[in-house]
Amino acid sequence: MKYVLMFVDTEQFAADLAAMDDTERERAYARVHQWFADHHDKIIHHGHLMPSDTATTLRLDRGEPLVTDGPFVEGKEVVSGYAEIEVADLDEALRVAKSWPACPVVEIRPLAP
Amino acid sequence: MTHPSHSELARVVRDHAGRLAASLVYLVGDFAAAEDLVQDAIEAALAHWPAEGIPQRPDAWLYTVARRRGLDVLRRESRYREKIALVASPAAPEADDRLRLIFTCCHPALPRTGQVALTLRVVCGLTTAQIAKAFLIPESTVGQRITRAKRKIRDAGIPYRIPAADELGTRLAEVLAVIYLLFNEGYLSSGGHQARYRDLTDDAEFLAALLHDLMPTEPEAAGLLALIRLHRARAAARFDRSSEIIQLQHQDRSLWDHEVIAAAGRLIAAAAALKRPGPYQLQAAIVACHAEAGRWEDTDWTQIAVLYDILLYLAPSPVTRLHRAIALRYVAGPAAALREVEALAGDLNGYHLFHATRAELLRDLGHADQARAADERALTLTVNPAERSLLRQRLNWT
Repeated sequence: MKYVLMFVDTEQFAADLAAMDDTERERAYARVHQWFADHHDKIIHHGHLMPSDTATTLRLDRGEPLVTDGPFVEGKEVVSGYAEIEVADLDEALRVAKSWPACPVVEIRPLAP
Repeated sequence: MTHPSHSELARVVRDHAGRLAASLVYLVGDFAAAEDLVQDAIEAALAHWPAEGIPQRPDAWLYTVARRRGLDVLRRESRYREKIALVASPAAPEADDRLRLIFTCCHPALPRTGQVALTLRVVCGLTTAQIAKAFLIPESTVGQRITRAKRKIRDAGIPYRIPAADELGTRLAEVLAVIYLLFNEGYLSSGGHQARYRDLTDDAEFLAALLHDLMPTEPEAAGLLALIRLHRARAAARFDRSSEIIQLQHQDRSLWDHEVIAAAGRLIAAAAALKRPGPYQLQAAIVACHAEAGRWEDTDWTQIAVLYDILLYLAPSPVTRLHRAIALRYVAGPAAALREVEALAGDLNGYHLFHATRAELLRDLGHADQARAADERALTLTVNPAERSLLRQRLNWT
């Protein structure tokens, strides 16, 4: 089955990351690279999003298309990246997600067949 | 042919429903489809058996009906064609496959309400209507919970399997939590001698016994089973004729089932020998201390306080600290116990037992007015009729 892991940043996580010095931050990035390397046989593709203040939202249900600055919901928790994986079942997806070494929340959604 | 009683019917269905579900999931390869077939067979049994009597081979009877329904489905839905064809061969799973069933129903990706409803329906063979009556909730709510849980199992790819060794600990804890919740639901809602529609503590004991049977080297499964049996062994003494709660110190201990209590004690000892202590084993050991005391005055409070210390170390919680404080009252006196209880005010201000315990300790120490205020606060926080009645009595006496 195919699942998308959505990596969710929290304000606390962003603050922790900002407070790191260069060496700590490099180590944090290295752990993430290692995770992708460890699971490369299951990962179909993945991406890291630019911060939510770069987001632009378009509303198409209010007559003329409406363009606004920012994400469609302002929240303390925002999706910051994703990985599409192919595994046997939810337990295997959970196993992969549990070893994720960065942001503290991961939402796991099956892809529609 | 004799007409089966309500509880006989429930027991026979429960003994066979889970096994039938397990063999059908195995044969059909689809959890939701197999579950539908089992439910149809149970509904048919509940329609026929009360008048016709329970057949000699209830498993064969249920299987035949499920198979016939399966073939009906086959005619309508071509996608089940190959799978249902397999059902033609008789179901004879070598091992008891119900463990997979339990772990699937209690998967942590399902909401607790869904886990409970699904476990009762799939493993214990309750119908949606029976679950609704037992929990006093609308049948449509139960139906939605079941439908949603089954849909999530299918769409989210929840596997039908016993978890791998490295996950077993947390997954087993989830199963135990579901069974314990079911037990508490039945235990706390029971009200003395009036016949209840369905005794959920009986279903909880069945599940705990099944789990212990299938996982004999898991001490926490044994611990939960012992805990449930120790409570049920004393159920007959819990209420008086007018369904008022009788507190432990006033219960007639000759009404307790001492054989069951002794057997539960042996179960706890055997579990302890596996040297993997856990919250259910400790709770069972604490309850055993009460159950094995010949009289209230013989209660080994020191032992109970020590067991609470270990329990708090393994699973810290304000409610456990409250219970430990109650034991402390008999070891170190009411003033020391009250100090412990007062320290929990921040965590437990909304919990009726916190205020009821404070009231008892304050009364012990001669502060009648404060005790009264605490009892009144406790009364506003519980809806359980038997507990409310006890608190009201206390307010009337003082």
